[in-house]
Amino acid sequence: MSTDLFEDARRQIEICNACRYCEGYCSVFPAITRERVFTDGDITQLANLCHNCRGCYYACPYVEPHEFALNIPGVLADVRQESWQRFAWPTGLARLFDRSGVVIAGVLVLAIAFIFVMAQALRPASGDGFYAHISHGLMVTIFIPAFVFPLITMGISVRRYWFAVGAVGWPSWKHFKAALSSAVLMKNLSGGHGDGCNFEDEDRFTHMRKWFHHATFYGFMLCFASTCSGAVMHYFFDMPAPYGFLSVPKFLGIPGGVLLCLGTAGLAWLKTRSDPKLGAHAIWGSEMAFVALLFLVSATGLGLYAATETILVPGLLALHLGSVLALFVLLPYSKMVHGFYRLAALLRDEAIMEAKVRN
Amino acid sequence: MSLKPDILVVGGGNAALCAAITAREADASVLVLESAPKPYRGGNSRHTRNFRCMHDGPKGVLVGSYGEEEYFTDLLEVTAGKTNESLARMTILESEHCYQWMEEHGVRFQSALSGTLSLSKSNAFFLGGGRALVNAYYRTATDLGVEIAYNAEVTHLDHDNSSIQYVEADVDGQRVRISPRAVVVASGGFQANLDWLADAWGPVARNFLVRGTPYNRGIVLRDLLNQGMESVGDPTQCHAVAIDGRAPKYDGGIVTRLDCVPFSIVVNKKAKRFYDEGEDVWPKRYAIWGRLVAAQPDQVAYAIIDAKSLDIFMPSVFPPTTADSIEGLGQQLGLPTQALCQTINEFNAACGDGVFHPNEPDRLGTDGISPPKTNWARPITEPPFYGYELRPGVTFTYLGLRVDETARVQRATKPVDNLWAAGEIMAGSILGQGYLAGFGMTIGTVFGRIAGKGASSYVN
Repeated sequence: MSTDLFEDARRQIEICNACRYCEGYCSVFPAITRERVFTDGDITQLANLCHNCRGCYYACPYVEPHEFALNIPGVLADVRQESWQRFAWPTGLARLFDRSGVVIAGVLVLAIAFIFVMAQALRPASGDGFYAHISHGLMVTIFIPAFVFPLITMGISVRRYWFAVGAVGWPSWKHFKAALSSAVLMKNLSGGHGDGCNFEDEDRFTHMRKWFHHATFYGFMLCFASTCSGAVMHYFFDMPAPYGFLSVPKFLGIPGGVLLCLGTAGLAWLKTRSDPKLGAHAIWGSEMAFVALLFLVSATGLGLYAATETILVPGLLALHLGSVLALFVLLPYSKMVHGFYRLAALLRDEAIMEAKVRN
Repeated sequence: MSLKPDILVVGGGNAALCAAITAREADASVLVLESAPKPYRGGNSRHTRNFRCMHDGPKGVLVGSYGEEEYFTDLLEVTAGKTNESLARMTILESEHCYQWMEEHGVRFQSALSGTLSLSKSNAFFLGGGRALVNAYYRTATDLGVEIAYNAEVTHLDHDNSSIQYVEADVDGQRVRISPRAVVVASGGFQANLDWLADAWGPVARNFLVRGTPYNRGIVLRDLLNQGMESVGDPTQCHAVAIDGRAPKYDGGIVTRLDCVPFSIVVNKKAKRFYDEGEDVWPKRYAIWGRLVAAQPDQVAYAIIDAKSLDIFMPSVFPPTTADSIEGLGQQLGLPTQALCQTINEFNAACGDGVFHPNEPDRLGTDGISPPKTNWARPITEPPFYGYELRPGVTFTYLGLRVDETARVQRATKPVDNLWAAGEIMAGSILGQGYLAGFGMTIGTVFGRIAGKGASSYVN
């Protein structure tokens, strides 16, 4: 754990606590005013509660060139990043975060090659659509572990977080509902006044980041639901792929893919226009690589559908399945973890808020 | 940069921008000259947090009602009558309309901050504070087509007995001459000009900290007073409070305030007490402590508390000096330890019995020491012991330009034809003494809008 980083975060948060002008922007500042002394656990919690909306930075009279040199979004982004490394499991793999730009590219190439080689070596004798190239059994053999492993590791990591920020036991259903509602609506990116957040155009408030994030998140969930619906149709209704245009998997998957493409492209574009020093600037490149990977997953998925029954299918299939595999394998060591920690932080915040009100 | 704008606005804070926006909305071409670089734009407005608003019934974030008479009574109390009643009442009545105008021009409000509940009726807080307000006005002004120059310091307004003929300024180090048809001066007071403060206060003023922007040097104010404009307000007075002595020389803002005095004893460099720390609740007394500390050797004092008082006032910007014994604390603060122990022992012995109520005067006073401490007197016995260095921090000055109800700057016989003033540079016309939270921003908004309107009518 970097002592200097936490010392600087503590110094900055104590200045905020003597000011409090930003109280209405988001959940972070009310959480600050509830404390007087900030342990490393408190700071970790505040960092994961921060949605990096940057409203506080542009409102602050103490940012550089002022000698207090406050940069709350920046320092909390660094603490957040540090905490994800600290809680990652297996611990040794946490180093992947540091070089995840390079790692993402490397894993991606390997995953695509792997799918390609497996498809060549175990080419099925018969089958329709994708299954003419890769058998259903092979796909399941590869992707079930690739899906379960990140869930297990994330469970372990979030549990580590949960205890590090001072929580005990399980969260209550009431708090879970409140935290989930905040997360799915991204209330903390509304700026408190409903005008949105500061990101791509200095102190001007817009909803761009929220909308692109919504497109990314809901696009991803629709794609995921599409895959699940396919599995249900396969196993319970004996209706194996390929599915036509008027089918549940396509009904979910096509809008999902389009949203995910738009959302990730939008987020990447916004990122090029924002001030890198207000984020975790050391990992700017790897965050960008991760957004690009998500874009690749959705674009190749749509491309695959568009190329149905053409000679492009085998190549696109390897590209698509490879990128999906890379996404899942890298999930616990990439920006993707933010969603899990953010939900945990919102949950913890609900519990602290209730405990303080009760006292 | 246009050298012949319809209207030149001198200054870049709240009042200046209200004037610029109002004038531009009336179709005048407007140039704003802000002496600070862009990151420091906004004068003292960037450190503010609310404005005082008259209202009948709940209004936006404001609770209850705050009527004209209550508002005016509050003003009379802090100024001890040093106000201009007609200007004051006009400002108060106009404040009610400001709320909506501010929202329409990008300002967003939030409920009273934690620790400021007493202001939730009278003061509307800006979401994100004064810098967020300033940013909103700059965005609005830019969108409307107001031209803005930073690092642009006005040095002289040339007056020919009836009107301002031309204005001289340094813009990014280049000397320029601008010939506007009308001018609004909204360039603040002179509280960052330590030489000027020293003229009034003597050399001790050089030890004062300046809580706000280093760019309010009063250059325009001095220039206009030298040319015979009428002044208002006591030239020797400034509003000063006791703030954290470790604060930066300039621009420390809100965070440097210390609310611990009523729960402490305050000693000077000789470790002697010099005033009743528990005279009244802190918001009513904090303004006198700037002056009290300024009168002590080296303009420094030390507030000392023990463990039981640490958590009952707003957190300080820097952690306090901490020690397990009074001797240790004295050494760390550089105080004579023997004298400090004696002062504290005498104080502790003089504390009586009673019930301690941190939020209201509790008559828990001392007996037999001078000066007494009349409320919240609890013996300082429980380690760890904490110390805060206090120094005078200047917030604003009172001397300014006399204006009439149309914000026109006055000469002995008649107003200047094409010169308006708004904000701190004329606030002494209404706030002649003391301080009323959020009233400076009200004066700035009201007179900024009046000045912008007057100037644009003049040029149209």
